[in-house]
Amino acid sequence: MANIMIRRGDKGEYVFYLPKRDLEDTIVSMEFDTPEKWGGEIKLNNGGSYFIEPQTAPERLPYSVRAKRLDAAE
Amino acid sequence: MSNLTREETEALIAEVLEVYPDKAKKDRAKHLAVNDQSIEQSKKCITSNRKSLPGVMTIRGCAYAGSRGVVWGPIKDMIHISHGPVGCGQYSRAGRRNYYIGTTGVNTFVTMNFTSDFQEKDIVFGGDKKLAKIITEIEELFPLVKGISVQSECPIGLIGDDIEAVSKKASAAINKPVVPVRCEGFRGVSQSLGHHIANDAIRDWVLDVKKEDTSFVPSPYDVTVIGDYNIGGDAWSSRILLEEMGLRVIAQWSGDGSLAEMELTPKAKLNLLHCYRSMNYISRHMEEKYGIPWMEYNFFGPTKIAESLRKIAAFFDESIQKKCEEVIAKYQPMVDAVVAKYKPRLTGKRVMLYVGGLRPRHVIGSYEDLGMEVVGTGYEFAHGDDYDRTIKEMGNATLLYDDVTGFEFEEFVKKVKPDLIGSGIKEKYIFQKMGIPFRQMHSWDYSGPYHGYDGFAIFARDMDMTLNNPCWNKLIPPWKKPAAEGEDMAKAA
Ligand code: SF4
Repeated sequence: MANIMIRRGDKGEYVFYLPKRDLEDTIVSMEFDTPEKWGGEIKLNNGGSYFIEPQTAPERLPYSVRAKRLDAAE
Repeated sequence: MSNLTREETEALIAEVLEVYPDKAKKDRAKHLAVNDQSIEQSKKCITSNRKSLPGVMTIRGCAYAGSRGVVWGPIKDMIHISHGPVGCGQYSRAGRRNYYIGTTGVNTFVTMNFTSDFQEKDIVFGGDKKLAKIITEIEELFPLVKGISVQSECPIGLIGDDIEAVSKKASAAINKPVVPVRCEGFRGVSQSLGHHIANDAIRDWVLDVKKEDTSFVPSPYDVTVIGDYNIGGDAWSSRILLEEMGLRVIAQWSGDGSLAEMELTPKAKLNLLHCYRSMNYISRHMEEKYGIPWMEYNFFGPTKIAESLRKIAAFFDESIQKKCEEVIAKYQPMVDAVVAKYKPRLTGKRVMLYVGGLRPRHVIGSYEDLGMEVVGTGYEFAHGDDYDRTIKEMGNATLLYDDVTGFEFEEFVKKVKPDLIGSGIKEKYIFQKMGIPFRQMHSWDYSGPYHGYDGFAIFARDMDMTLNNPCWNKLIPPWKKPAAEGEDMAKAA
């Protein structure tokens, strides 16, 4: 489990940030992206993927949340 | 000398690595790369933010240097106690040339060194009492001080002093903020972790303090300048551009900055981030907690300045955008004059850089505006995200080197033969003795500012002064010059 921060990029896309490793990347897909259910498996541009416990969407971004690493790209 | 091709650069790296023992070779190989603009993620070509190899020369600093020297040091109306033995603070005192306005020793303290000067007995019995006493003494001797920060040096963490408890107590006693910073030098691999720790200390001990204070009247055009340390006056030459554009700069972090400015920062509309490496942490925090967006910008060289000014203006309404164009137009004749004067003297010259923070990528624009080319660049303490941002700025097949060792850097220079090197004081005299013009790019070689339009004029002059200095053809004494030249001189005499 790692603390990550999700924010909006310049083009409105989700940007993933892992402070511990200074890893910043765009999110290419998020399993659930509706106001009621948000999170699930997220896929990063670098090929890595993480899992956020599905929850109601955060009221505003950036938002810090705990995520589980499914598959780190390396 | 013409530029190296990709194969030649790769061969050069391989050649330089040859001297290392196998294990060291494997490790160093990951830190040296040939730039390839098609790569999006730097970690595919270069590894960074790893521990330096024992036995090689590195010019990195420690976490204490990152916190005391870089982030906290320039905050002018606070006293930063170098808590521990005297050397760490004394040998780095006033070295960064963070300019500020104020009367040193009365209401500002940047260039002074305050230390608890640990002795053996403090290590054995702990230094908490001493710290408490120092804080009371400071309050007595310098009543105008606005706050105190306690910058831990290595021994503090080793002997387990409780500086947090002392700070809390002292803060209540003197009724001023006392911020304990756990930036012992042994933490992390370089000064970079010191920046992070310092950012976290500001987050925990400074930002929320004035939450209830309503005396400050915000305006819709409040911005802050973050990650500008006012080296040689950099922040001032940046600030005026923003102000001319109609924005109000409510805080400077941390060059010529004050405690009150930092406390007010959560009321800004936009945080402008210059040095991404040292202050992205706090910017991200403020974005999440206070909803203040942040924006990276680059005030080196007219091309990047105009680009950045427009980007900043685009965040605000049309009146700002209009004024932004006026500012750019106003400085254009000055820029044209500088370029007309210096470009012919500098064009085509090749530069190698090795600095820290933001400069290995940010100054590239300045050089390019003068027709120069950066053929190699590297960071002392960057992380992956810095290299992500660098790859796009650098030409294809140029050299990238992370935490370069003394040996590697010299060998690269011998082969690449740049016309100018920009790096730190430790490299300066070696390269000058090798006959290569050199600028010290950490504190601008006693010059500056280099930010903003005014800074660009100084930058161009300095580069010309260094590169075209007549001393560089005087390196060979007359009796060692080839015969033909000697005869000419004899005739002339
Ligand atoms: S590593 Fe430790 S002892 Fe050395 S300068 Fe840094 S804080 Fe001081």
